[in-house]
Amino acid sequence: MRRHRPGRHPFGLATITWLYVLWSLVPVLVAMRISFNSGKSRSAFQSPSLRWYFTDPLQSVWHDDSLRQPLKNSLKLAALSVLLTTPIGVAMAIGLQRWRGRTSKASNGLMLVPLVTPEIVMGVALFLVFTQVYTGVPRGFTTQLLGHITFSISFVVVIVRGRLSSIGPQYEEAARDLGANRLQAMRLVLLPLLGPAIFASVMVVFAGSIDDFVISSFLSTGAATETVPMKIYSGGRATATPALNALATIMLVFTLVLVAVAALVMRRMRARQGGGEDAQLGSLAAVG
Amino acid sequence: MANAAGAAPGGHRNGFWGMLSLPGVAWLLALFVVPFYAIAAVAFGRVDPILRTPVPVWSPLRWDFAAMSKVIDRVFGGDLGGVVIRTLSYVVASLVLCCLIGYPVAYYVARHGGKWRGALLAALVLPFWISYLMRMLAWVNLLQVDGYFNRVLGWLHLGGSRNWLDGDGSTVVIGLVYGYIPFFILPLYAALERLDGRLIEAGRDLGAPPHSVFLRVTLPLSIPGLMAASVITVLPMFGDYYTNTFLSSGSPRTEMIGNQIERDLLGSSQSQTGASLVLFLSAMLLVLMTYYLVVTVRAQRAVAT
Repeated sequence: MRRHRPGRHPFGLATITWLYVLWSLVPVLVAMRISFNSGKSRSAFQSPSLRWYFTDPLQSVWHDDSLRQPLKNSLKLAALSVLLTTPIGVAMAIGLQRWRGRTSKASNGLMLVPLVTPEIVMGVALFLVFTQVYTGVPRGFTTQLLGHITFSISFVVVIVRGRLSSIGPQYEEAARDLGANRLQAMRLVLLPLLGPAIFASVMVVFAGSIDDFVISSFLSTGAATETVPMKIYSGGRATATPALNALATIMLVFTLVLVAVAALVMRRMRARQGGGEDAQLGSLAAVG
Repeated sequence: MANAAGAAPGGHRNGFWGMLSLPGVAWLLALFVVPFYAIAAVAFGRVDPILRTPVPVWSPLRWDFAAMSKVIDRVFGGDLGGVVIRTLSYVVASLVLCCLIGYPVAYYVARHGGKWRGALLAALVLPFWISYLMRMLAWVNLLQVDGYFNRVLGWLHLGGSRNWLDGDGSTVVIGLVYGYIPFFILPLYAALERLDGRLIEAGRDLGAPPHSVFLRVTLPLSIPGLMAASVITVLPMFGDYYTNTFLSSGSPRTEMIGNQIERDLLGSSQSQTGASLVLFLSAMLLVLMTYYLVVTVRAQRAVAT
């Protein structure tokens, strides 16, 4: 009933919307096209080539260590962030959803604060704590990883809690009534039901880590710990070649393929379980 | 929600759920609360007289507020005043543009998307999966002196030889809007989509012309969504320094608070000044942060009951 309303189609609004979509995507497409440029120019396209990906023996992403290393760092950071954040976050979400009392309320509030803290504040805080207090932690990759996990935990908790409140306790209670103990009920009933939410969390943590610039750069110790966003930042301002665009394009395609696969998997999961259509979007909005 | 199992009396059950949250809570205490306290300890601490390195002071009883008051003096009537005002005006200008562009887009997709709704929604979500700095790099490419943007201007006989990347405030504002508008549109879309269409129809049935239905029904109903979207967009903008440096070649003409903080900490090792500025910025944003937290907790409770 909501979908078909009386009245004319608002062509003005439609125009603004489509112009916005063009504006939001065309610059990125232009930057991707430049990555296939045969010449050194990053402002104008000459002719197509894979020079900046493979063929240039010195300056292509494949051959230039200063471009390959950030790619490795970013992927390693993102993969480890996902592996470590997801269990901590899922456990915290289940716990906070059922745990009652004042400490629980305080913990819930604490969990939400990182979502509204500007990155620079968190970056400075972590930078100071690792230089002044936790001086035993080796700075560089380790501190970057700890930082990424710190800002990712809340994403997971918010996404998983959203799903938990739509599931309700009844399935678990049924399992308990049928003789499962608490851990069995959680492992055999609750976790499978949380599947789509956990999957969405994995994607959001991965994307958040891949995209992070501020935390990585505040906790970096130089070229060896540069990530892709840091490389784009330092290279983009200097006289860079289209290899930088190639690096960004590789990262983009990699992420989009992952998202597409994830979307398909989630659709199948949901088809089996039903419900929670808007969970993914809702969680994204919450994360934003 | 009737969480009978968890809410039942008997401490050990509740304790189980507490234990489950423990790793996360401990993590946030050690790597979020302690670090934030470290900012205060450095800002209100001492500086080694010879090495010029900060010496954090952990006891609030021995805090020294001299560095902080110096920073506040510099903000009100000193060299930092201009930076703070510039930050405010860039953020406000960006927010106004976000509203002007984002509201119609969110409204159209939510209420009139029709068969295109799925595709449009995908287009609105897509920027989330594209690295922020890649999106900025795209503009650096476009805005080169011999880049596509100037060439288009040239064809239209509107100039076309301007260097946009040399400390131009309008470039920075456009960059901020481009970077953060997806964060604005999506929550607003969610709010407009939930809006009760019957109220709008009632307004029409009662004979109100479209613009007054919008001004007297739709807009007031969407104010909470608009506020939440604005806050969540504005908070990161206030702390942003990279968009600015990236799009203005680090020119002092477009410097924002974030640039000053980053330079104090990573560039010239003035950790104490930097830490004081971070506290100043946090205090400035406290109202906005609290607003968002309160709204979120209320929404959580509304779902849970």
